[in-house]
Amino acid sequence: MIDLAQTVAQNASMGESVFFWILAPIALGGAIGLVLARSAIHAALMLAITMMCLAVFYIMQAAPFLGFVQIMVYTGAIMMLFLFVLMFFGRDSKDSMFETLRGQRLFAVVLGIGLAALLASGLARAVSGMTIAADPRWATGAQSNVEAIAEALFSTYLFPFEVVSGVLTVAAVGALMFAHVAKKGGLRGQKAHSRERFAPGVYPGPKPGPGVFATSDSTATPALRPDGSIEPASLSAYVPPRQLTAAESAPKHTEGRES
Amino acid sequence: MNDPIWLMLVKGVLVFVVLVLLVLFTIWYERRVVAIMQVRPGPNRNGPFGLLQSLADGLKLAFKEDVMPRTADKVVFIAAPVIAVACAFTAFAVIPFGPEVNVFGIETELQLTDFEVSVLLILACSAVGVYGIVLAGWSSGSTYSLLGALRAAAQVISYEIALGLAVLTVFFQSQLMSTGAIVEAQAQGLPMSFGGAEVTLPGWYFIILAPSFVIFVISMVGETNRAPFDLPEAESELVAGFATEYSSLKYASFFLAEYVNMVTMSALCVTLFLGGWAAPFPNSWWPGANEGFMPLVWFFGKVLAFLFFYVWLRGTLPRLRYDQFMRLGWKVLVPVSLVWLMVLAAMNIGLDTENELPTRIAFAGGAAIVVMALIFFWPNRKQYEEPAEPDTGLGGFPVPPLDLAVPPNPRALKELEPANTSAAPINGSRPTDKGEEE
Repeated sequence: MIDLAQTVAQNASMGESVFFWILAPIALGGAIGLVLARSAIHAALMLAITMMCLAVFYIMQAAPFLGFVQIMVYTGAIMMLFLFVLMFFGRDSKDSMFETLRGQRLFAVVLGIGLAALLASGLARAVSGMTIAADPRWATGAQSNVEAIAEALFSTYLFPFEVVSGVLTVAAVGALMFAHVAKKGGLRGQKAHSRERFAPGVYPGPKPGPGVFATSDSTATPALRPDGSIEPASLSAYVPPRQLTAAESAPKHTEGRES
Repeated sequence: MNDPIWLMLVKGVLVFVVLVLLVLFTIWYERRVVAIMQVRPGPNRNGPFGLLQSLADGLKLAFKEDVMPRTADKVVFIAAPVIAVACAFTAFAVIPFGPEVNVFGIETELQLTDFEVSVLLILACSAVGVYGIVLAGWSSGSTYSLLGALRAAAQVISYEIALGLAVLTVFFQSQLMSTGAIVEAQAQGLPMSFGGAEVTLPGWYFIILAPSFVIFVISMVGETNRAPFDLPEAESELVAGFATEYSSLKYASFFLAEYVNMVTMSALCVTLFLGGWAAPFPNSWWPGANEGFMPLVWFFGKVLAFLFFYVWLRGTLPRLRYDQFMRLGWKVLVPVSLVWLMVLAAMNIGLDTENELPTRIAFAGGAAIVVMALIFFWPNRKQYEEPAEPDTGLGGFPVPPLDLAVPPNPRALKELEPANTSAAPINGSRPTDKGEEE
């Protein structure tokens, strides 16, 4: 593997190696940050950074179409859907550091290192005898990158491609079917809502805003504390308090109506 | 693009300057045009015709106090406006302003950069630009901001699909993905024969790809969060949406990004559908119209016309309700684009004279049948059902009567009663006056 890396490094152009050495640490840092970040949103952002760096790597290796599609689809759509869901958890939700299984963290570290070693050694064996291939057709200008991808997707790998798209569609429709719960009794229409709101005994005006413990929105009514007592700050010093007598608060006699 | 480095730098700075100036101009333009539509003068105090108003506003905004909420996520809160602005400016790099020109003895194109798939750069930038809005809303730690951010995320993802499908038809028709090459491809006319008469239609794609053009224009308004699709910052519902907690230069940068996005989307639409920098008349009328720096006039003229369209929409249409907006995106624009893409593919095979006649007829006829079937079986609105209970008044809603018949005054009723006729008070006099008069 080291041989291959050295040959690659020798063959890379100046600009390519500059970009590689700038972006590779950022990509790795994003990946490490993803694991270490306490907040789910920060982890998602770290993943987005790594994905963007990968996209630039693709572009550097003469696959601009793949690179931009990576940004549009993975960073733009899929990570955005992740963020969309994560934002519902609220800003202050953090991972719990409490160990529910004893020694879980130790085992996780040991197994993680083991897996990394396994993958690295497997990869090293796989690429040890490899040599750098000749420039692909699109790099020499014989066939464009987009055409090469289209040919691979729609002729060589047409069947797997269609199967995967079918499976994904079924998964999406299935998720919708599970998540969709039919409402009992159907939707209430605008008319039903309106009737309910204007029914006798219901105050049709807007309700007081959240946090206001008031039964009326009149300025003459003092605000109430959560325990029901009057909030002194809501009483004006210039308006004399007045308690209505029973006669005053009774409905007034109006002409034309005998009561 | 093999420019010397100094020329690249000059071009980059020029693109930046042009965009900032266009933003300052667009804000003034928008306010003046809306003002004229609403029969009032609009900003006319600072500078000639009030042109410096937006500059003054921008400077004032920059010197305001920068407030950061205590509950804000500091790093993300600062990064969000930076992401929004950076993406907005980057996208404009691939827009071609004009053909090859001679600058100080160097032949170069009036375009910062161009490559094989440059249209995708604009789409990618607008996809990443949403991060700015979404993160701004989330990091503010405020409910209104979060709601605005959620709306923005849902909106941009859904309208990006329709936008992408509309752009796809242009790729399909031109078999190109580079902005400069697409403009050049539109320069060739489209020879058509109608019953023996040879007519050369202009090759601009808004004629051949008319449905895509309409879908693109609708979804680009949705993509830039402009009225009537400005739900993420709906001021009557969400204060200022994702930007509620922002102030000073950070707040200004969101506005900068929004206006730059407007300009970029207009420029992209001009590039893809309206012939880019080409003159809006046949080349034979004015042979030099498409050479040198002259195309800049046509390009910016078209872009300004599109910006006028944006302002016109804002001055005319009320904001959509959120569910109506989503229904338009997912149930109208996306299916129509998908069917149109398929029909276009079939028609291309049908019109290709290299194919055998039965194949051509099968594909063209199949496309026609699909379109007819869709028009025929398009799901209608729900049929109106007669209400089970009888309606009173205006469909049973508690509203005043439509004929505005004033209900009889109880006092007038009293006057008409025969027993009280003798004691009936004179109109306007109070009952207490009655005794004194008698």
